[in-house]
Amino acid sequence: MKKRTLAVVASGAALALALSACGGGDSTEPSGTAAPAASASAAGATGFNAGLENVVNPSDKKGGVLKMAVTEDWDSVDPGDTYYGMSWNLLRIYARPLVTYNPAPGAKGRELVPDLAESLGVSSDGSKTWTYKLRAGLKYEDGTPITSKDVKYAVLRQLDKTTFVNGPTYFNDWLDLPKDFESVYKTPDVNTDQAIETPDDQTIVFHLNKAYAGFDNFAALPATVPIPQAKDTGIKYRDHVLASGPYKFDKVEPGKQYTLIRNDQWDPATDPIRKALPDSYEITLGVQGDDLDNRIISGDLHVDIAGSGVQPAAIATVQQDPELNARADNPISARTWYVSILNDNPPLDNIECRKAVIYGADRVGLQTAMGGPLAGDIATSLMPPGIGGWKKIETFPLGTGDEAKAKEALTACGQPNGFETTMTFRSDRPREQAVAESMQQALAKVGIKLTLKGFPTSEYFTAYAGKPAYTKANGIGLATNGWGADWNDGFGFLSQIIDSRTIREAGNYNLSVKDPAVDALVDQAFAELDTAKRDAIWGQADAKVMEGAYVLPTVYSKGLLLRGKGVTNQFITGAFDMYDYLALGVE
Amino acid sequence: MSEHFLDVRDLKIHFPTDDGLVRSVDGLSFKLERGRTLGIVGESGSGKSVTSLGILGLHKGGRARISGEIWLDGEELVSASPEHVRRLRGKKMSMIFQDPLSAMHPYFTVGAQIIEAYRIHNKVTKKVARKHAVDLLGRVGIPQPERRVDSYPHEFSGGMRQRAMIAMALSCDPELLIADEPTTALDVTVQAQILDLMRDLQRDFNAALIIITHDLGVVAELSDDILVMYGGKAIEYGSAEDIFERPEHPYTWGLLGSMPRLDREPTERLLPIKGSPPSLINVPAGCAFHPRCAFEGRTGGKANTEVPDLVETEGGHLVRCHLPREERRAIWATEIKPNLESA
Amino acid sequence: MVTYIIRRLIGALLMLAVVSMVTFSIFFVVPRLAGVTATDFANRYVGRAATQETVVAVANKLGLNDPVVVQYARWIKGIFVGAEYDYGAGVEHCPAPCFGYSFVTKNPVWPDLVDRMPVTLSLAAGASIIWLLAGVAVGVLSALKRGSIFDRTAMVIALSGVSLPPFFTGLIALSLFSYGLRITAPGGAYTPLTENPAEWAYSLILPWLTLAFLNAAAYARLTRAGMLETMGEDYIRTARAKGLRESTVITKHGLRAALTPIVTIFGLDVGILLGGAILTENVFSLPGLGKYATQAISTQDLPKIMGFTMLAAFFIVMANLIVDLLYAVVDPRVRLT
Repeated sequence: MKKRTLAVVASGAALALALSACGGGDSTEPSGTAAPAASASAAGATGFNAGLENVVNPSDKKGGVLKMAVTEDWDSVDPGDTYYGMSWNLLRIYARPLVTYNPAPGAKGRELVPDLAESLGVSSDGSKTWTYKLRAGLKYEDGTPITSKDVKYAVLRQLDKTTFVNGPTYFNDWLDLPKDFESVYKTPDVNTDQAIETPDDQTIVFHLNKAYAGFDNFAALPATVPIPQAKDTGIKYRDHVLASGPYKFDKVEPGKQYTLIRNDQWDPATDPIRKALPDSYEITLGVQGDDLDNRIISGDLHVDIAGSGVQPAAIATVQQDPELNARADNPISARTWYVSILNDNPPLDNIECRKAVIYGADRVGLQTAMGGPLAGDIATSLMPPGIGGWKKIETFPLGTGDEAKAKEALTACGQPNGFETTMTFRSDRPREQAVAESMQQALAKVGIKLTLKGFPTSEYFTAYAGKPAYTKANGIGLATNGWGADWNDGFGFLSQIIDSRTIREAGNYNLSVKDPAVDALVDQAFAELDTAKRDAIWGQADAKVMEGAYVLPTVYSKGLLLRGKGVTNQFITGAFDMYDYLALGVE
Repeated sequence: MSEHFLDVRDLKIHFPTDDGLVRSVDGLSFKLERGRTLGIVGESGSGKSVTSLGILGLHKGGRARISGEIWLDGEELVSASPEHVRRLRGKKMSMIFQDPLSAMHPYFTVGAQIIEAYRIHNKVTKKVARKHAVDLLGRVGIPQPERRVDSYPHEFSGGMRQRAMIAMALSCDPELLIADEPTTALDVTVQAQILDLMRDLQRDFNAALIIITHDLGVVAELSDDILVMYGGKAIEYGSAEDIFERPEHPYTWGLLGSMPRLDREPTERLLPIKGSPPSLINVPAGCAFHPRCAFEGRTGGKANTEVPDLVETEGGHLVRCHLPREERRAIWATEIKPNLESA
Repeated sequence: MVTYIIRRLIGALLMLAVVSMVTFSIFFVVPRLAGVTATDFANRYVGRAATQETVVAVANKLGLNDPVVVQYARWIKGIFVGAEYDYGAGVEHCPAPCFGYSFVTKNPVWPDLVDRMPVTLSLAAGASIIWLLAGVAVGVLSALKRGSIFDRTAMVIALSGVSLPPFFTGLIALSLFSYGLRITAPGGAYTPLTENPAEWAYSLILPWLTLAFLNAAAYARLTRAGMLETMGEDYIRTARAKGLRESTVITKHGLRAALTPIVTIFGLDVGILLGGAILTENVFSLPGLGKYATQAISTQDLPKIMGFTMLAAFFIVMANLIVDLLYAVVDPRVRLT
């Protein structure tokens, strides 16, 4: 009974949409053919995965309250102090960086478009100098004009990583900073023009210490969101972020909720990319995961900000209920789950032994352990498919384990009867535990005995798997691992996890890739100015990591996302692999 | 109808249990007039306490099966409504319980408990009731009653508590007062004081008094009549003189022999009653007492086959025994009495 | 009485001091003994791209390089005289009682705790009243109708109530009443009492019932057992012998005695609850102390954990004291010496 009622309502709604489109009046199409065509385009794409390549439920209707929620807090709403994709995506409703991602579905969403700036960066000096000109008429929520000096101050301010610990360090590493500069707070008088120049209030010039052709990616970082020095209150700025985008904070209750209302100083004429449809945003933090899913299903809530997909309980519901299934999207995200194969302790210092581990692994079993096909596609390398330069790498078979080849590799390695080693995993992540158990079972078949050791996530990289002193002393051979891109290019994804020179005392994410050939490719990519060539080099680096058998990729992560009820303009942006938060509106 | 103040006729109180029917009281009859005292004597489990609670109607609404008649001042109580009996309770008839420490509510002051009892049946202000409570406490011999009225039961000594308990029972001038083991929990000197008090009060109030005890000594001086119970039945019933001077039932002899006396070593027992009280579910066939009776062999084999009747031997003295009357008298005169006296 | 309270308060302070030392040891000393260094600690509180220098600087800033005793003394000092905190653009004074600054959010802990308290208080107050009334009523009826269908049904429900955790009953209740029937507020819909009392009650009714169900079940069983025991007492027979109505016997004499241990347990339960109903608050996404504690623990935010633990311990210690004082009021046999 219930389902039938819903179906009637749905078809009624579709009819109403078709009719309203039909009676629009402005239509230049012949009236005879308008009805079917309008119904198709007005209703837009629907069904499973409709949001991957299409704008679902397109509309320009303004008004309403967009309700968002997230299971936990995120690091900070301060644009200079955040490293979560969800907040980079979200903060653009109240803050405008120099450059940002094109609000469009799929791969088009990865294109950079100017935001505060009139155009993308103009490079000179062999890509070591980048110049941006701000649009005219930009204002903060208090009516004061936005100047290039504020952008400079914002970028310099967040270099102070003891105050703003969360954000990325790209500007720290690449800007040509004077030696005596410590931070805007400790050394306010040091002249920083050699790093950033502001010849006038509209122009900003970045000077890098080495060439980087992809600098627009840096300019798209939240660090370039302008902050006037007078309003900077250090770590407390997060409580009073000054809006440059179409919305400003109304209520700020850290850890509990935020509400944003329209910023009347925002001028749509200066902003070609934001539609600013809802009248306000209600953001609730700390919502229990299953409850959050239920609220999106029922329509009490529009968007799960985290954008990483529904909880396991809801996955089953979505699979079984056709109505829900039609509201779901299953995008591949720029995140790879893998097992690091540590080459510090023998016999894994021998490449053949590492290969034996990969041959022996049950790749389908690993996918199942990670949650099945809805949770991810079997990965062939570290770099996920959404990233430029990705190639399918067929070094190893993807079946349920190749015992013969594994035995062969073991013999080549001088361990024909197998060996023993220890595998670590994050004990509070059931999927990683399942991965470890799958490895234990599969490798036992070829004589490799695994001892499993679980550690809490909070200590995993700081005290155990990510601390070489620990892994060497305790004979750790395998460790579950996972990585998501800072932004979707080879640099954004790979640089932190394959460059052996980033390895430090503790807190490492690169646990096993220590290969001079790989390091050389990284350097080469940094120096390559041509995007296509650069992407190709990252692809080679990815392949080199697989050749060295330093990692066993398990899956390219996929999230099962639900489109909110009554939400307009919903689509997955390739920039974050979650719904684009700039375009959303409510019916 | 009954012309007696209290007339209990063929009272049976049975409790169905998972193990079978417990015949706690099984055909009990007795009479009592105003100003007179009846002692009911028996071991624990003989049915004496169940009888007193039955008269007060406290088994009503429970699992007990009650039959027979209880006439109190012209009213039959077994068939009366529970609500009617409740109204009589505390006013027309009231009860003094054994062990006042557990019988008084530990969380209310002594005064509050007396006041409550008084105000159930008398529409008076708290102030008046309090005055009444102080008077009563004074009357039962509690010193400084104005102050002690606000004390809690645990702040009283055992004897004081029993006096307070008596004051509570007397609060509505009851016409029938039942005292269930009123002195058992007290030490010997206090026992005597309490018994004196009860005698005085009974005289003043002109109430009918039932004293329930396992100790013949308690009733010796107080009682006009004595009812000896065994296994839920009366086995001997007569005036105090009958019971103490001319007892005819072997069980009564045993009780007399077990009486503690100041002139005797406390541990010494002349005629101990061997064995233990009968199970009320599997009552021994024939005379319920026969397994413990020293003279069972002289009944001609009737002891374990026939239940003896309660028959009058002379002038209101009733005995339930298979021994021929002459033999009983002979045994008393030759075997029992000399022993008791020589001791 | 006054000396008793003073003595107990001193005892409570000592107790809190011990709790603080033990908690501090668990989170600061034990990991050190297990080989976790100050930089390892600091690593938890930096972004994922932090350099070694940043980690060391953060460790210094958070004072993690100081000897543990110094860190503890600093923490204690903050509670009594306040502390200073460098927020980058300046230095802020955190007035006493200063339970330090969150390592993660950099907010002072105490205002956060104060901010979360009304939610937990609202939850605890409503739920405890419901469970006390419902539990005692069901328990009394069950005891009086012992063996009846009502008694058996009530006790089976009570057993399930005691055994079913709130994250089960809460989620079921939410999907049934909030998302199915749409008669109650969805999760996380807390409105402060001062803002709108009707909304407040509406937003809390389901959490109240869920939490109350768990405890009402236990209280029903306790009350039933207590009543069964009490109604067999001699003083109940005495009350009946006075000619009291059965209803008065039950409510005045029976319940009065049976409730005494319940009052004790109730006081302690409420005390524990004031420290946060962790499961219920999480299921219903209520921003109370329990939710705060969960977040603090999941992010290893030590100052938050310390602050929360001390507050919860304070409530429990105070509840114990109040219960003991109350016991003397309820049971005249108890003397406070």
